[in-house]
Amino acid sequence: MEYFVQQLINGLTLGAVYGLIAIGYTMVYGIIGMINFAHGDIFMIGGFVSIITFMVLGVFGITWVPLALVCMLVMAMAFTGLHGWAVERIGYRALRNAPRLAPLISAIGMSIFLQNYVQLLQGARNKPLPPIISGGIELMTSSEGFTVKLGYMQIIIMVTTTVIMVGFTLMIARTPLGRQQRACEQDMKMARLLGVNVDRTISLTFIMGAALAAAAGLIWLLYYGIIDFYVGFLAGIKAFTAAVLGGIGSLPGAMVGGLLIGVIEVFYAGYFSSAYKDVAVFMILVLVLIFLPTGLIGRPDIEKV
Amino acid sequence: MLVVEGVHTFYGHIEALKGVDLEVKPGEIVTLIGANGAGKSTLLMTVCGTPQAQSGRIVFDGQDITRLPTHQIMRSGIAQAPEGRRIFPRMTLLENLQMGALAADPAHFSEDLERVFAFFPILKERQTQRGGTLSGGEQQMLTIARSLMSRPRLLLLDEPSLGLAPMIVRQIFKIIREINERTGTTILLVEQNAYHALRLAHRGYVMVTGAITLTGSGAELLANREVRAAYLEGGH
Repeated sequence: MEYFVQQLINGLTLGAVYGLIAIGYTMVYGIIGMINFAHGDIFMIGGFVSIITFMVLGVFGITWVPLALVCMLVMAMAFTGLHGWAVERIGYRALRNAPRLAPLISAIGMSIFLQNYVQLLQGARNKPLPPIISGGIELMTSSEGFTVKLGYMQIIIMVTTTVIMVGFTLMIARTPLGRQQRACEQDMKMARLLGVNVDRTISLTFIMGAALAAAAGLIWLLYYGIIDFYVGFLAGIKAFTAAVLGGIGSLPGAMVGGLLIGVIEVFYAGYFSSAYKDVAVFMILVLVLIFLPTGLIGRPDIEKV
Repeated sequence: MLVVEGVHTFYGHIEALKGVDLEVKPGEIVTLIGANGAGKSTLLMTVCGTPQAQSGRIVFDGQDITRLPTHQIMRSGIAQAPEGRRIFPRMTLLENLQMGALAADPAHFSEDLERVFAFFPILKERQTQRGGTLSGGEQQMLTIARSLMSRPRLLLLDEPSLGLAPMIVRQIFKIIREINERTGTTILLVEQNAYHALRLAHRGYVMVTGAITLTGSGAELLANREVRAAYLEGGH
């Protein structure tokens, strides 16, 4: 029981990261119907910008943890937003009306480019971050002496993720910008006929998706204490799996799918084999695509006449 | 108000408009009739810049809009209620109207809302309902209401009677006349229902395979033998 609770806590923490990344996949898919395979690398860049910001702050002697975290988050969001915007502008916009395969291949190219660009600028080695938040609460102890711990870090991750997701959901549901994004998603031609600047709305969607991935990158860095240029590949595909599981195109689906994938991965590692946890996640991708292609919350894609 | 001069529009290699000339004067209701596939909707879409005219000129209120991007044209005083209604299905009725108000000053949103509810009282009761769950007639009303929210000087209506019961068709045409008379909105109306459209309109144009073949006042066209044979025989 105690072991189960501990795994659940760890799984939800990891799931929060996947959920944040998955939102970017699902939003871009919803609005222009393509899978942005460079999104995982945008997440990786978020982690790198965070660690660079941390080091720069160290140079200036700013070590107060809350301030450092806020600076890291803001810088990461700004820089990844810029990257997200550039990726769309350079790699996808010209292919908006091309056959579906073309932007997909362009996305893979963008992904390879981003990985190599970070590798060239930052080196291929792991970048470690010293633990800046440690300690936690001991929730319960079993008779065999196993203690369930909820780290302060995990609390911060869950609270931050919840705040970001609630704020983001409200923004999509209530603000004029969110309404324009939903309009583009539902009928782009009509949105244009009502005066929506569709190109601008799509750019903003990429920037927002990238900013959420930046938050995920920062959390990843804080949680694992290490980052390298290749980390976005696996995390990106797992977040993509989360988006598919939840129903690609659906925002709540991405969040729920992210949490589920995190929990499944951690449980598989905890109860079966940690060496094969990735296999477990990708088996889910295969099974969902075969048996539940619209996902848990997605709606069937009905072509309008 | 709207002047279309020698406009050619292509879909790929297919020439959909073959040099169309048309004019709409302030305060008029002008109707464009013609068979399926004649290019009527294409003309309305070309005015809105999607697709853009290959050659020719489109002038709105003295400004050449031929090469403007669609979202700028739609913010310059033109609105369209397109073919097939194109209601946002997963937005509420109110959100659909808010989308229509994008090009308008947010300060008179509630005033404009009351104004369209006065034309379409049924919509007022359905504000929180999702667009996709409305009936065909309600969706058509919502499409027109949505296009009115931007306070357009020129309203483009594409087949507002399509697929509706005769009683609702009469109601819609009555409201179109009211909109024109009460708000002074200029209307360019595309219709297959030539009888209703010509009775409503001040002037009309007949379009055949991408070109205007005939023009005149609504009454003249209604009395015209060719028009009667081609578009009115057997109906009504």
